[in-house]
Amino acid sequence: MATTTEPVVTSAKSGLQPLLAIRNVAKSFGKNPVLRDISLQIAEGEFLTILGESGSGKTTLLRIIAGFESANSGEILMEGERLDLLPPYRRRVNTVFQHYALFPHLTVEENVGYGLRVAKLPKDEIAARVSEALAMVKMTAFARSKPGKISGGQQQRIALARALINRPRLLLLDEPLSALDANLRRQMQMELKSLQREVGISFVFVTHDQEEAMVMSDRIALLRMGELEQVASPREIYSHPATAYSAQFIGHTNLLRGEIKSGVVRCKSLSWRVGLPDGPALFSLRPENIRIVPSATAGSDINLVTFHGKIRHQAFHGATELLQIVCADGLTLSVRTAARENRQGELHLEFFPTDAVPVRESPEKRG
Amino acid sequence: MFSRAYRAAITLPPLLWVVMFLLVPYGLLFCYSFWSVSPSQTIVHSWTLDNYRELFRVNVYLQTLLRSMWIAARVMIFSLLLGYPLAYYLSFYAGARKDLFYQLVIIPLWVSYLVRAYAWKTILGSDGVLNTLLQYVHFTKHPLEFLLYSPFAVVLTLTHIYTPFAVLPIYAALEHIPRNLVEASHDLGASPLQTFWRVIFPLSIPGVLAGATFAFVLSLGDFLAPLLLGGPSGIMISNIVVSLFGAAYNWPLGAAISLCMLILVVSLLFLSEKLEKKWSFR
Repeated sequence: MATTTEPVVTSAKSGLQPLLAIRNVAKSFGKNPVLRDISLQIAEGEFLTILGESGSGKTTLLRIIAGFESANSGEILMEGERLDLLPPYRRRVNTVFQHYALFPHLTVEENVGYGLRVAKLPKDEIAARVSEALAMVKMTAFARSKPGKISGGQQQRIALARALINRPRLLLLDEPLSALDANLRRQMQMELKSLQREVGISFVFVTHDQEEAMVMSDRIALLRMGELEQVASPREIYSHPATAYSAQFIGHTNLLRGEIKSGVVRCKSLSWRVGLPDGPALFSLRPENIRIVPSATAGSDINLVTFHGKIRHQAFHGATELLQIVCADGLTLSVRTAARENRQGELHLEFFPTDAVPVRESPEKRG
Repeated sequence: MFSRAYRAAITLPPLLWVVMFLLVPYGLLFCYSFWSVSPSQTIVHSWTLDNYRELFRVNVYLQTLLRSMWIAARVMIFSLLLGYPLAYYLSFYAGARKDLFYQLVIIPLWVSYLVRAYAWKTILGSDGVLNTLLQYVHFTKHPLEFLLYSPFAVVLTLTHIYTPFAVLPIYAALEHIPRNLVEASHDLGASPLQTFWRVIFPLSIPGVLAGATFAFVLSLGDFLAPLLLGGPSGIMISNIVVSLFGAAYNWPLGAAISLCMLILVVSLLFLSEKLEKKWSFR
């Protein structure tokens, strides 16, 4: 009996009380609102990415959690207790800064041990934990170097070790990979993700790079002009984007604007059946969900939406290519397919109606 | 690249300047310090070490030099004690008033040195502002004599005059500290006080060294403040040099003292630059 009830209790507990709860946080600089009514929960051990364009307020949200900015309204709770009332140096939260912010006058090991030294831990414990942390990020050989003498990628590891050594409840990362070149960046994404699994600390990762967000996160919180557009797992947000903005920002998509009348969508010359009420509607159709079919088989399956169009543009991406197809009615669609030699002329295409996902409009917001 | 004539034309003026206004005077000073004065008050152009022997034999010279250094050291310490908090406030807390406060630090430098020294004379004198006030509130019956014509008056005046020279380099050093380092320190659990001593102060050391050097070197060679406010007990080494070149007509001895001062100051500048380099990380 006990074995069956235990997991139920723990999951109920974690369901009731997340590690971090952001409630109705709003912030403006002067008359300029940066964050409006943000509510977000972060679970124990979760890798959450706050994704957004520059100016979306993602860094401000991170700085509010760290304590470098204070919210105008709302509250932040950590394990049920107010976090936002504490000064940054009393929060069990550590940050990896965008440009690392390593102390230039201290050696690598002094940087890593900084948090333990100001906490006045015994010297031998500091030494042991510093060498453990340096080993974790494979930087033991550079213990005595000054930060100015090591590369960007190495500085990044030190910044990570310096934050994690304090065993925070939550680690905040402010675009830590943005200064690295593409290859190193991909490598660090993997390392960061496996490190997070290893230490089991919740990460809140801020980035403007949707690909990075997809690769690393358990969940993505998409921020747009100070408001949360969608919070979901990368798969969910990709396959079921809630809004037109989500669909366009995460991956590449075709937005189809149509009109529903008695269960049938009409979008220019295309039409298919849906179980949605009448009225105008917007659909997101991923380019890889449109298939090219030989003309002989076109239209043989009535469950598929079939159409044809001319190739206007062909962009080679390596394994795949992105085609721009113009239909006779003027509808332009992107199609992703396995890369081939030059294609020309008229193509027959089809897609499943279920792949056209209804999304909400993302109206322009200002002020 | 450039023609020889062009290169000569642009190198010549600064070269001439350096030769005429630096090398020649210092060369003359150097020569004079090894010459002597005859009983009939003419300069004897034969080489001798007498001036340097005299310098170390007669106590008054060394004592005055030591006193000058002690005055300069006190000015340096007080300038730093006053200047650092001011620079710190300016850099970290003044916010929108930063420019205004910065100007308030600069503006006194526009006022003639002489005016500021005289101002202290009217404040510290036996019937000056301070003594009148102290007697009015019955703090003292007779005017306090040590206020004026004393090393105290010299230190006070020089501190007033040279504190801006300490503030500016410290302010510049503090402005150069990336603010995310301060945030990183707080983030890692350091209180504001710990952050100051572990991050801000160490990174401002080049500015402190530059400010300390300015205050010390400028005070060490000062001659007006001791002349106007120093009295017999507040005489500094420059006053002696002035009188040796003037009334006493002993240019060789004056030159020897000047040369010693020069060596002292140049070694100080050299040392401080070495230390500044050691403490700067960008």
